[in-house]
Amino acid sequence: MKKFERLLWLIAIVGFVVGAFGLYDRVANGHINVSYGSYVPWGLWVAAYIYLVGVSAGAFLISALVYAFGVQKLEKIGKLALFTAIITLGISLFSIWLDLGHPERAWRLAAHTNFSSMMGWMIWLYTAYFILLVAELWFALHADFVAWSARKDFAGALARFLTFGKRDASAEAQKRDKSVLRVLGSLGIPLAIAFHGSVGALFGVIGARPYWNTGLTPIMFLVGALLSGGALITFITFVFGPNQGSAEHKETVIFLGQIVLALLALDTLLEWAEYSIGLYNSIPAHAASMELILFGPYWWAFWVVHLAIGVVLPGLMLVFRGKTPAWVATAGLLIAATFISVRLNIVIPGLAVPELEGLSNAFTGPGLTFNYFPTLTEWLLQIWVVSVGLFAFLIGYRVLPVVSAQGKTNIPANTHKEL
Amino acid sequence: MTNEATLLDKYASEVFAGLVSPALNGVQISAAPASDLTKEDALVRMTAELKRALEKPASERRWVMVIDLRKCVGCTACTIACVAENKLPPGVVYRPVLMEEIGTYPNVSMKFLPRPCMQCDEPPCVPVCPVSATFKRPDGIVAINYDECIGCRYCITACPYSARTFDAGRFYTSDTPQLESYETLPNFEYSESWDRSKGDSPIGNARKCQFCAHRLDAGMLPACVTTCIGRATYFGDANDPDSLVSELSASPNMMRLKEEMGTEPKVYYLV
Repeated sequence: MKKFERLLWLIAIVGFVVGAFGLYDRVANGHINVSYGSYVPWGLWVAAYIYLVGVSAGAFLISALVYAFGVQKLEKIGKLALFTAIITLGISLFSIWLDLGHPERAWRLAAHTNFSSMMGWMIWLYTAYFILLVAELWFALHADFVAWSARKDFAGALARFLTFGKRDASAEAQKRDKSVLRVLGSLGIPLAIAFHGSVGALFGVIGARPYWNTGLTPIMFLVGALLSGGALITFITFVFGPNQGSAEHKETVIFLGQIVLALLALDTLLEWAEYSIGLYNSIPAHAASMELILFGPYWWAFWVVHLAIGVVLPGLMLVFRGKTPAWVATAGLLIAATFISVRLNIVIPGLAVPELEGLSNAFTGPGLTFNYFPTLTEWLLQIWVVSVGLFAFLIGYRVLPVVSAQGKTNIPANTHKEL
Repeated sequence: MTNEATLLDKYASEVFAGLVSPALNGVQISAAPASDLTKEDALVRMTAELKRALEKPASERRWVMVIDLRKCVGCTACTIACVAENKLPPGVVYRPVLMEEIGTYPNVSMKFLPRPCMQCDEPPCVPVCPVSATFKRPDGIVAINYDECIGCRYCITACPYSARTFDAGRFYTSDTPQLESYETLPNFEYSESWDRSKGDSPIGNARKCQFCAHRLDAGMLPACVTTCIGRATYFGDANDPDSLVSELSASPNMMRLKEEMGTEPKVYYLV
C-alpha cells in the first residue's frame, strides 16, 4: 500500500498548493468572491462542515464499537478510527470558522452562548466531544507511546514526550487504560449522538424552511454520519490498517464492508421516506426543495453523484464483491467521497426556494439570487482545508503509533482480547 | 351665464365651485373657511404622533407600519430611500418591492408588495442567534448588535420573510477609480456611526430593516414613509389609540404576511 500512500501525499501537496489561492482570497477579500450571500446564505463551506463533522462522528462511533462494546474484529483499528475522527473534526471546524463573517469573534460562541439556539448547544457539545476524543486517543495510544519511547528517531522522541512521564506500560497499567477507555468510549456514544444530532436539529428547527423542518432531519444526519464515517474508515483500514495482507486484515475490511452495507440500506430507506413523503405533500410549496434536487439545474448532483456513484455502484460492489477487500474498500471510498453531494443537497435546496413570490426579481445584486453554485474560491479553499487534513493524517500515520503493526510495539498479543 | 353658474353650483364640488364661480359670475365672494379647504398631510399627523410617542418610555411604545397596497404604484422610491438612508451596499436590501403580474391578457395588472422587516412579536430569527446578538427591543424593533454578531447567518435562514441580508463587504464603485463618498461615509443605524470603508462591521454581519430607529430617535419618520409618493406607507405607535396606524390597522381589510406561522408581524397590509 506504499503506492497508495505516495499517491495520497501527492494529492495532499497539489491540493495544498492549488487550494492556497482560495485561502488567500478568503483572507484578503473576505466574502466578496463567493456565491453565497443574502438569499442563499450558506454554501459549500457549510455543507463541507456538516459532511466532515459527520464523518468524524461516524468514525468515532466505529471506534466506540471497539472501546465500549469490545467488538473483537475491529480492535486493531480503534486508534485509527479515533485519529480519523480528530482530524475530520479539526478540518470541519476550520471550514466553518472561515465561513463566519467575523471569524475573530468566534470566541463569543463560548463566552456569550445563547442556549435557545441549537448552534449554541452545538459549540459546547463539540468542545466536550473534542476533549473526549483527545483523552480517548491518548489512553488508546499510551502503551504504544511507552513502547515507541525506545525508538531513536523523531517518532520515538515524540512518543516519549507524549507519555507525559507516564512510562508504566505494565499489564496492570494497560488494564487501567482499557477501563478508562471503556468509560470514555461509553460516554462518547451519547455525546457523539447528541453533538451530531444537534447539527441535524440546527436545520430541523428552522420552521421557515419546510424541507429541513422535519423530525427526520437529525436522524438522517446521524445515519448519514455513521455511513460516511464508516465508509471512510473501511477505505482507510484497507490502505493503512495493520497487518496488511493478513487474513485478519482481510476479515476486518470485509466486516466493515458488511456494516457499511447495512448502513447504506438504512440510509436509503430513510431517504426514500423523506423524498416520498415530501413529494407527495398535499401542500405543493413544501415539495419545492425536493423538486429542485431531483429536477433542478443541479439534478446530476443527486442522480449521478449521489445515487449512481454513491449508492447503487458501491451497493452492488458490497453485495456481489463483498468478500474481496479491494472492492469493499473501493465501495467505501465512493460512498465517503460522494457523500458531500448529500450534504450539499441538504443545505442548498432548503435555501434556494424563494420564501416570497417575486423576491428574486424585486431587487437584484450579488448575493440576492436563489441560484447557488460554489465559486472557484469556495472550491479551492475547501480543497486546501481537506489537503491540510490529509497532511495531518499522513504525518500522524508516520509519527504516531495509530497503527499497531506487529513488531512495532511490545504489547502482548493477548492484550486486546480481554476487551 | 347664470344657467351655467347654477349648473356648476349644483354639480361641482364645493372647492371647485369656490374657485370657478367668482370667475364666471364676476362676483366677489368671501374666501371659504380655511378648515374646509386645507387637509392635513398624513406625514404631518404621523410626525406629531411620533413626537407624542417619544415622550413616553420606550417600553410603552409599539412601533408598527401599515402599508396600503391599493395605493402602492410600485415606484420603489421607498427601496431607494432606504438604500440611501442606510447607505446599503450591493447585495443588501431592507425593503424590496415584490412585483407580481396577475391575471391573463387582456385582464392583467401588477401587484406590488413592499417588504420591510416585519418586526415580529415572535421573531424566529432571535432565538437561533448563537451569541444573542439579535434581540427584540422594548419598543418592538428587532435589532442587531453589529459589534456582537459573528456573521454565521443562521438568522437569515430562520426568517420566513427573507428580511435579513448579509453584508459581504462589497462596494458599488469598487471597479471605478475611486470609491464614491456616498458609500464610504458612515451610516447611522441604531444611532451609532458605522464606517464600512475600514472593512469593519456592519461588513460581515447580518443586516435588516430597523424602522430607521436612528431617525425615530431624532423625531423623524422612517425614510420609506416620508418618501412614499402615494402616501401608501404609514408609521406610528400602536399603543396610541388616536394614532393613524391604530385607526388603519383596525380595518377589516387588514392582512399580515404568513399569518399562519404565528410570528405576529408588526407590519400590516391594507388590501
